[in-house]
Amino acid sequence: MAEILLKDLYKTYGETPAVRGIDLTIAENEFVVLVGPSGCGKTTTLRMIAGLEHITAGDIFIGDRLINDVPPRDRNIAMVFQNYALYPHMTVYENMSFGLRLRKVQKGEIDIRVKEAAEILNIEELLERRPKQLSGGQRQRVAMGRAIVRNPQAFLFDEPLSNLDAKLRVQMRTEIKRIHQRVKTTVVYVTHDQVEAMSLADRIVVMNNGIIEQVGPPQEMYDNPKTRFVAGFIGSPAMNFVPCKLTTNGDGLSIKLTDGVDLKVPGEREKRYRPHVDRDLILGIRPEHLTECRQHTNEQQQDFGCDVSVLEPMGIDTMVFMEIANVEVCARAAPDAVKNPGETMTFTIDMQKMHLIDPSTDTVL
Amino acid sequence: MTERFIDSRSVQTEQFKISWLTTVLEDQRVLGYVLLIPAFLLIVVFIGYPFLLGVWMALTDKVVGTPGNFVGLANFTKLLDSDIFRVAAWNTVFFTVVATAIKAALGMWLAVLLNRKFMFSRATRAAVLLPFIVPTVLSTLVWLWMLDGTFSVFNWILRWFWDLEISAFGLVIKEDFGYIRGPNWLGDPYYAMGSIIMANVWRGLPFFAISFLAALQTVPSELYDAADIDGATGWKKFWHVTLPMIKPVAVVVVVFSFVITFADFQLVYILTRGGPNNSTHLLATLAYQQSMHTGNLGEGAACALFMLPLLLIVIILQLAYLRRQGVQ
Ligand SMILES: Nc1ncnc2c1ncn2[C@@H]1O[C@H](COP(=O)(O)OP(=O)(O)OP(=O)(O)O)[C@@H](O)[C@H]1O
Ligand SMILES: [Mg+2]
Repeated sequence: MAEILLKDLYKTYGETPAVRGIDLTIAENEFVVLVGPSGCGKTTTLRMIAGLEHITAGDIFIGDRLINDVPPRDRNIAMVFQNYALYPHMTVYENMSFGLRLRKVQKGEIDIRVKEAAEILNIEELLERRPKQLSGGQRQRVAMGRAIVRNPQAFLFDEPLSNLDAKLRVQMRTEIKRIHQRVKTTVVYVTHDQVEAMSLADRIVVMNNGIIEQVGPPQEMYDNPKTRFVAGFIGSPAMNFVPCKLTTNGDGLSIKLTDGVDLKVPGEREKRYRPHVDRDLILGIRPEHLTECRQHTNEQQQDFGCDVSVLEPMGIDTMVFMEIANVEVCARAAPDAVKNPGETMTFTIDMQKMHLIDPSTDTVL
Repeated sequence: MTERFIDSRSVQTEQFKISWLTTVLEDQRVLGYVLLIPAFLLIVVFIGYPFLLGVWMALTDKVVGTPGNFVGLANFTKLLDSDIFRVAAWNTVFFTVVATAIKAALGMWLAVLLNRKFMFSRATRAAVLLPFIVPTVLSTLVWLWMLDGTFSVFNWILRWFWDLEISAFGLVIKEDFGYIRGPNWLGDPYYAMGSIIMANVWRGLPFFAISFLAALQTVPSELYDAADIDGATGWKKFWHVTLPMIKPVAVVVVVFSFVITFADFQLVYILTRGGPNNSTHLLATLAYQQSMHTGNLGEGAACALFMLPLLLIVIILQLAYLRRQGVQ
């Protein structure tokens, strides 16, 4: 249980940079999720915290201790690997107790801790089995058990659920959350799945290309993304990006989609956007804020018509694809309100939820 | 018209023949045995027949050029009573156990070193295999020269160091003892046993090193990461992760080498012919001497057959181990 501090962290493999300057403070008992596309440096960052990877430049502190050159065994952290990395020749009990045995913890104490962890994880009957005799989900639990018994200052998870099938993944996700509530510790969790990140994290760290794009609580990342990358990465289905022009419209401002649809900008945003009038920008709008024509609940909701090109029913909603300004745009509509492909449908867009992106910097204005 | 008729009928029989063969061969039980025939014949002709002939000869008093009479187990009892046989049996066990143990230990060490990345590591790995590739007879002849009583290069080196030491420290030992001769590698019983073990280790080491290296490379690196975090140091990682992970391969390699070393003939025969004073006679060289030099084929065969029960025990233990692994 301790704060983890990353200061201007760099890692290069030969010539290739993997991590290019990361600053992050992880509070005590906080559940932080590193998320980002493949190859963005999540694993590298985690392995540097674990001490499995040499740091090219920068500092890592756990508590007040600078641990740059401290070997993994002295960092008092535990790690859960993507492929579990259980020792195949040891039983579950031996796997879980290995770290304690190496640290010369007393037998009685080891027994108590293993049994306790096994109880938390519901694997009491599996203690005498070997990893080969376990299912994927059970191995996953054992790998977590191995971390829990150590009672470390921090837990590091590297995509622990990515080898499980979809249903089990959701189940284990809840389980991990439950365990974290019970075993209070600092957790750094790596995933490339933004849904997993949203549902688990106290705070999400979105990484891209070796740097941090944005850090914040899940809801804030969803509501107020700071960059185009974060806007597109968080939320599923992904946010639509449509080229547009910001124009003056009498007293107010409006957004002109290139094919002539004019949308009024909410009054409270006018001041923010005013300096960018007459520029070519990008409108970002999530599918859930672009629906079939509805009764307006606020005056920022506006209607426009467009031809439907493809439908994708999801059960609860139907994804409606259309083409606006030569880009494919996705709307989320009630199944009974959609029109057939080729027909024209009226949509309601909630401009209160809009984002305006500067294409030259890819930042959200 | 008639021609046509005949034609089509012959085609039909042809088809019938083919389809008959196909039906039989498509039955996997039949096809399996059919495919086994070539290997089976090879084994019968080149292993089964000589082996059974050997067993038969061991039960006769056959001498070169005579048909031989059945004498039951007389050859075996005679051997058991003879001193030279008991010496050879003991030598064989000693030679095999010591040589295999050294090869296993050094092989493991070499494999761990070769598993690291360093300059020219690939070239080094290839070079390590050389002793294994050179025909045994040739390399053993080189050993023979290196261990020669008069020309031994080892003694030459020893002498050089000795001289160096004398000049460096201004010692006067040289005057007292003359020059150091160095051991008589193949002429002294203990040194001779040491020498054949050394030559055998040199030749067998690559097999161990390369097999262990291959096994080491199958150990997932994640396990070492996990062990690092669990708190294991280098030696503990080797003991708790590496060794158990490569144990199945190691057992097979050790047993295989044990069997080969046990029956080693060429090396010993070229270096010492069993001497001096039978101190390096192994069962294989003794059997050869009995049958080829003395011409006593019956006794020679019996001597060779004595290797069988000992090796059988080793192999049964190995099979039992592998089966247990399989169950796990
Ligand atoms: N051992 C290595 N040697 C060379 N380059 C490496 C090594 N490990 C990672 N990299 C590179 O560093 C970058 C970051 O890799 P990293 O494994 O941290 O990505 P990641 O975010 O975990 O991706 P994923 O979601 O696919 O696991 C990648 O471009 C990768 O190619
Ligand atoms: Mg990764």
